[in-house]
Amino acid sequence: MKKTERKKIIKGTISSNRAVRPDHFELTMEAPWLSKVSRAGQFVMVKLSDKFTDPLLRIPLAVHSKNAGGISLMYKVVGSGTKILSEQKKGTVLDVVGPLGNGFNDEPILKKKGRVAIIVAGGHGIIPLYLLAKGFREKNIEVKVFIGAGTKEHVLLEKKLKKTGASVQVATDNGTLGHKGSVVALAEEYLKKEKGEKAASRDIKHYTYACGPRVMLNALSKKLKKLNEPAEFSLDAYMACGIGACKGCAIKTVSGYKLVCKDGPVFDMRSIVF
Amino acid sequence: MDLKTKIGGVIFKNPIWTASGTFGTGEEFRDFLNLDEIGAIVTKTVTLKAREGNAPPRIVETASGLLNSIGLENKGIGAFKKEDYSCLKKLQTKVIISIAGETKEEFEKCAALVADKNFPHAIELNLSCPNVIHPEAKHSLIAQDASLTEEMVKIVKKSAKCPVIAKLAPNVTDIAEIARGAENGGADAVSLVNTYMGLAVDVQSMKPVLGNRVGGLSGPAIKPLALKAVWDVYGKVKIPIIGIGGIMTGLDAVEFMLAGASAVEIGTANFTDPVIYKTILKEFKEYLKRKNIKSAKELVGKLR
Ligand SMILES: Cc1cc2nc3c(=O)[nH]c(=O)nc-3n(C[C@H](O)[C@H](O)[C@H](O)COP(=O)(O)OP(=O)(O)OC[C@H]3O[C@@H](n4cnc5c(N)ncnc54)[C@H](O)[C@@H]3O)c2cc1C
Ligand SMILES: Cc1cc2nc3c(=O)[nH]c(=O)nc-3n(C[C@H](O)[C@H](O)[C@H](O)COP(=O)(O)O)c2cc1C
Ligand code: FES
Repeated sequence: MKKTERKKIIKGTISSNRAVRPDHFELTMEAPWLSKVSRAGQFVMVKLSDKFTDPLLRIPLAVHSKNAGGISLMYKVVGSGTKILSEQKKGTVLDVVGPLGNGFNDEPILKKKGRVAIIVAGGHGIIPLYLLAKGFREKNIEVKVFIGAGTKEHVLLEKKLKKTGASVQVATDNGTLGHKGSVVALAEEYLKKEKGEKAASRDIKHYTYACGPRVMLNALSKKLKKLNEPAEFSLDAYMACGIGACKGCAIKTVSGYKLVCKDGPVFDMRSIVF
Repeated sequence: MDLKTKIGGVIFKNPIWTASGTFGTGEEFRDFLNLDEIGAIVTKTVTLKAREGNAPPRIVETASGLLNSIGLENKGIGAFKKEDYSCLKKLQTKVIISIAGETKEEFEKCAALVADKNFPHAIELNLSCPNVIHPEAKHSLIAQDASLTEEMVKIVKKSAKCPVIAKLAPNVTDIAEIARGAENGGADAVSLVNTYMGLAVDVQSMKPVLGNRVGGLSGPAIKPLALKAVWDVYGKVKIPIIGIGGIMTGLDAVEFMLAGASAVEIGTANFTDPVIYKTILKEFKEYLKRKNIKSAKELVGKLR
């Protein structure tokens, strides 16, 4: 277990906030301390209104990437909170609470020499995984990324990931980019080929990290379990507090309900009850 | 400036408290707040046995409000005492333990188990959680039945060694009648309101959004309703009223006290900002100063 940093309210100036896709934005904010202490898979709760109306609550967003002076968030505009965020101009101050959650566990990779990190993402599930992939690449660890999306327009971060030296394969539902079909099938195919004859034996060469819609993670877990693969998934839930106080973000696990904000958002695949 | 409030013989350093289920045990907020500044911390409701809570999703934001169906997830009084009492006892403020049960027997046992040497400073009886089923109640909530409310308070008063606050539900025809029931049972105070029953609909799936289908509404959306509930009870009982519902600012707290509350509890606001308690207390003090009011008590029921 890694030491958990204390949580803080950070008020940082927005240094940029721009569309990277028609409905996806990347926002960079000054937050040197957050940049220093936060890990891949952790998140912040972003305040969007002082008026207690729409939205009343903060929204959870993953730490997407870091630089010396701050962090960046990448988000899809889906409702009122993300809409307000997309309208924030450079120079305004953003109020976030963080770092929150456990983050991905990089030890299975770092502690076993030669192990390959498999990253499987559905839709904007790739957002928190980018930082993980980048971290591994900086240590020269082999990273295989599989990104799934509806269409070409929805594929995020493919180029940025390739730049880190990770190998990236894309699957789209309509075949407008990469393979036509499911990202789960793509990842499964790769692992099967890698393992060859020993497809059902316990794998010590690969370790999988995934994030995406629940249906996709469910399908992926079935395949990975069949292949006897170790994996951890980052999950999503509606959140009110983000700090373990409301018990609103529960998900079912083999040992009862767990809180996505406090016990997660990253869970061992085998502990999740789909 | 005198902020002290006396309820059931206990002196609280100020009349602004945190509401059950919205502040954990306080520990969750330690990184953000000086817990000792808080008038009182009301802990998340505990029950005799552990409860796993309702199926997710458990929360959804609605217009200026939050709909929840947590279902009283808690580890049970035994584990709660073992794991959390030592931290709670170290606090330099008052701690109110909220308890609930499905049956009279459970309430009785839980109330007896809660007590420890000079601890807690009070018990809040959650007679109004919309997310549990009470087999003994005619209605879905104990606090929808004045005589059952009276009976429950009586049972708990027998084993409690500290003041007992009865927390009431707003989904009733006449909340003053229920408050009188609590008073007749021997309650030292009533706190109101718990959440209002509500429903959120997902038009895509044509299903309720919450796993439990219905939930309890809290936040700014319910403030005028909660104020009216306090106003309706004020003057109808002799015991103090603790006002709860959508308090987001120091002035909201003032409004509740003017309507008749001797103290207030901050709920959903804690989620919007983990340091909001501090802001609310500051604004409350600033108001008293501006109005040249020497003692917070002077506000209670001033509304004409
Ligand atoms: C730990 C965590 C990390 C996240 N990181 C990111 C991220 O990096 N980038 C990103 O774009 N999004 C992320 N999300 C999802 C993001 O929090 C929601 O999209 C956001 O809260 C929507 O707010 P809104 O006010 O714009 O939309 P709302 O008006 O609240 O809702 C619009 C639509 O989105 C759905 N929705 C809202 N919140 C959630 C949620 N938590 N899970 C699933 N559906 C939801 C609603 O059902 C509704 O259909 C993350 C969620 C969690 C729990
Ligand atoms: C997520 C959540 C959990 C709650 N849990 C409890 C509880 O365990 N016991 C209780 O008496 N009230 C509980 N409540 C009700 C609050 O204590 C309070 O009465 C209500 O939310 C209204 O106040 P507010 O509008 O300031 O939140 C809960 C409320 C919320 C939002
Ligand atoms: S969001 Fe409140 S406990 Fe997780």
